[in-house]
Amino acid sequence: MTLIGWAQIALVLALVLASAFPLARYMAVLFSGGRTLLTPVLGPVERGFYAVAGVDPRRGMTWREYAFALIMLNALHFVVLYAILRLQDVLPFNPQHVPAMSPRLAFNTAASFVTNTNWQAYVPESQISYGAQMFGLTVHNFLSAATGIAAAVAVIRAFTGSALETLGNFYVDLTRVTLYLLLPVCVVAGAILLAAGVPETLSAYATATPLDGGSQTIALGPVAFQEAIKEFGTNGGGFFNANSAHPFENPSALTNVLENWLLLAIPFALPLMLGHLVGEKKQGRSLYYAMAILLTLAIAGTYAAEAGGNPLMTHAGVSASMGNMEGKDVRFGVALSSAFNTSATGTSTGAVNSFTDSYTPLGGLIPMFLMQLGEVTPGGVGSGLYTIVVFALLSVFVAGLMVGRTPEYLGKKVQAREIKLSMLAVLILTLFILGGAGASLVLPNGVSSLSNAGPHGLSEMLYAWSSATENNGSAMAGLTADTPLLDFGLGLAMIFGRFAFLVPVLAIAGSLAAKPKLPPSAGTFPTTGPLFVGLLVGVIIILGGLQFMPADALGPMAEHFSMRAGKVF
Amino acid sequence: MISQLRPAIVMIALFTILTGLVFPLGFVGVGQLVFPRQAGGSLIERGGHVVGSELIGQSFTSDRYFQGRPSALMGADPKDSSKQVSTPYDAGESGASNLGPTSKALIDRVTGDVAKAGDAAKAGGGPVPGDMVTTSASGLDPDMSPENAARQVARVARARAMSQQAVQALVRAHTAAPALGFIGAAHVNVLLLNLALDAASPAGGGHVSPPAAQ
Repeated sequence: MTLIGWAQIALVLALVLASAFPLARYMAVLFSGGRTLLTPVLGPVERGFYAVAGVDPRRGMTWREYAFALIMLNALHFVVLYAILRLQDVLPFNPQHVPAMSPRLAFNTAASFVTNTNWQAYVPESQISYGAQMFGLTVHNFLSAATGIAAAVAVIRAFTGSALETLGNFYVDLTRVTLYLLLPVCVVAGAILLAAGVPETLSAYATATPLDGGSQTIALGPVAFQEAIKEFGTNGGGFFNANSAHPFENPSALTNVLENWLLLAIPFALPLMLGHLVGEKKQGRSLYYAMAILLTLAIAGTYAAEAGGNPLMTHAGVSASMGNMEGKDVRFGVALSSAFNTSATGTSTGAVNSFTDSYTPLGGLIPMFLMQLGEVTPGGVGSGLYTIVVFALLSVFVAGLMVGRTPEYLGKKVQAREIKLSMLAVLILTLFILGGAGASLVLPNGVSSLSNAGPHGLSEMLYAWSSATENNGSAMAGLTADTPLLDFGLGLAMIFGRFAFLVPVLAIAGSLAAKPKLPPSAGTFPTTGPLFVGLLVGVIIILGGLQFMPADALGPMAEHFSMRAGKVF
Repeated sequence: MISQLRPAIVMIALFTILTGLVFPLGFVGVGQLVFPRQAGGSLIERGGHVVGSELIGQSFTSDRYFQGRPSALMGADPKDSSKQVSTPYDAGESGASNLGPTSKALIDRVTGDVAKAGDAAKAGGGPVPGDMVTTSASGLDPDMSPENAARQVARVARARAMSQQAVQALVRAHTAAPALGFIGAAHVNVLLLNLALDAASPAGGGHVSPPAAQ
């Protein structure tokens, strides 16, 4: 660990935490239907979209209508992506003559991108065409991000008044967030990345004659624009196999800081936006603080673990001064690598600029633990916010049990129905992670996917199911993922992890919306201030994390002690 | 039902056109005009043909070149496609070793490379720089650490019959400091350094024409 390393981490966090405030104000205007700087340009486009689609922007939707529209659009979009992947060999923009994807892999990939997971069981350079990257994956990067944000906004609206029947209009939320937020930022960020060296071309792969003989194929593609939304929409699906470690996705330390900012910006702005929309900024800030505390601790922990290096290598005569450099690129160094991977697992982005499979055991445990916490540190765009609201409901419930009062959150009474639905949502995730990883580790078809022996093999499988269920998409990438068991199993985990969580959450929103909004009384447990932030962090760690402790102890923690004892597998 | 389907279908179609065609193709077009070099992959030409990309590492094995980091990339054996062989810096693919920290294969590989580096880099001694014996994340890392370069100076100078000071000066000239003094790590671009070496000592490099279009 060095002072310079900490300074780099502090820079990334400071940029993110500061920019969240203006971004939250902008988004609050956006979702209140107000005018923004871009309205003169984008207003006509927006109205055109509604006219062609037959959407009445003033018509609100009940939670059931909202959920139905959300699922309908995503189901259709899943089918569209599946078709594109199966037909990519005959569709335009395929100079490398990439063949059609197999049905199994196309199912897994379509499930992955429609759920904002971006788990990649395919090898991009050889298994996906430029066309499918553009009009398949890029579009999903936009719409799955917009879907998550729309759902979060719908949940927030439940707290904005008494006896509400509707939660807003899904198509309006989807359109506004894409046109006014995602597109403009991605155009600017994409242009910066392009200027910094990220390619944007439809030419076939280049062939070079290296100085020291032989021949080198250099994969290219329309990367820069897709790279921007990949981070800003917390998607994470790399244009190339090496993801943000590839010099064409992330050419320098400065582009790395930009990408790290992009993937954290919206998730940290959303809780503050909640404060604006419910008319009490302090309420948003307490969620924001809880997220910031957890992420800061996580990045610090990962950096400390990685900067110490691997004692087995130090023993073999490798200098420990650079830290653990296996699976890391020189230009980033250990601090920016640790910050990026931890941010990307704390946000459900799942992008990597270094390879988690080769992280030290504790350096790899922290990213996995952030996923297992339920992706709230700060979580994916939208999903992080609606998940932390679920944790906030559970926190006031726990506090209510302790003091014997009916819990309230943001003026809404939290009763049995909401708590049951919250627990249902949380347990669906646990079922897939522990059930899936457990089953895969006893089935021969699952065990044969492992690339590492000993406790690290268990970590690989546990990581995969955590990543898929929590819609993160990062991997301990040695795992052979394109097998029948994992393509179908993880595909279903992604779909259930997204939609079987979202529907109960929208049901909670519908139920709370209908209740009267009560003014705070002397008996109300305050949901602002350090006491509540501490309680919320505690509930997230205990409720989200404790159920995974036994499994994590057998994987990364066992490996940590093996490594200290000098044991290899 | 139809009334429910229409907005979903229309929205998907419109956003596919906008975010999947108009903007990506617009970026390609504007990229060609404004940033043609970057948009095309920052390719470097020498003597009229492409020798590589400034951003992508390449495999160097001769003593007269600085050698970048080990690359974990594997590809099909050209002689027998059922077998996998090492294809270092094959930029048609990308990726890491994915060997865990307690992997015997990893520790054996590193131990072997440390022994080799110890023989080759008599000068200096001491522990081997971390990046010299670890594989990168991308398998295409264009850079090495200044410490790694320093341990190769004597070998390269000998192979090219150059003075160590001259080689050291080239290394210094190609060492990029962290941005703003603290962002990222100091690094040396291996391909650009080797191109400069070839330009400075054509006899050792075997090429006369200087690097063009950087």
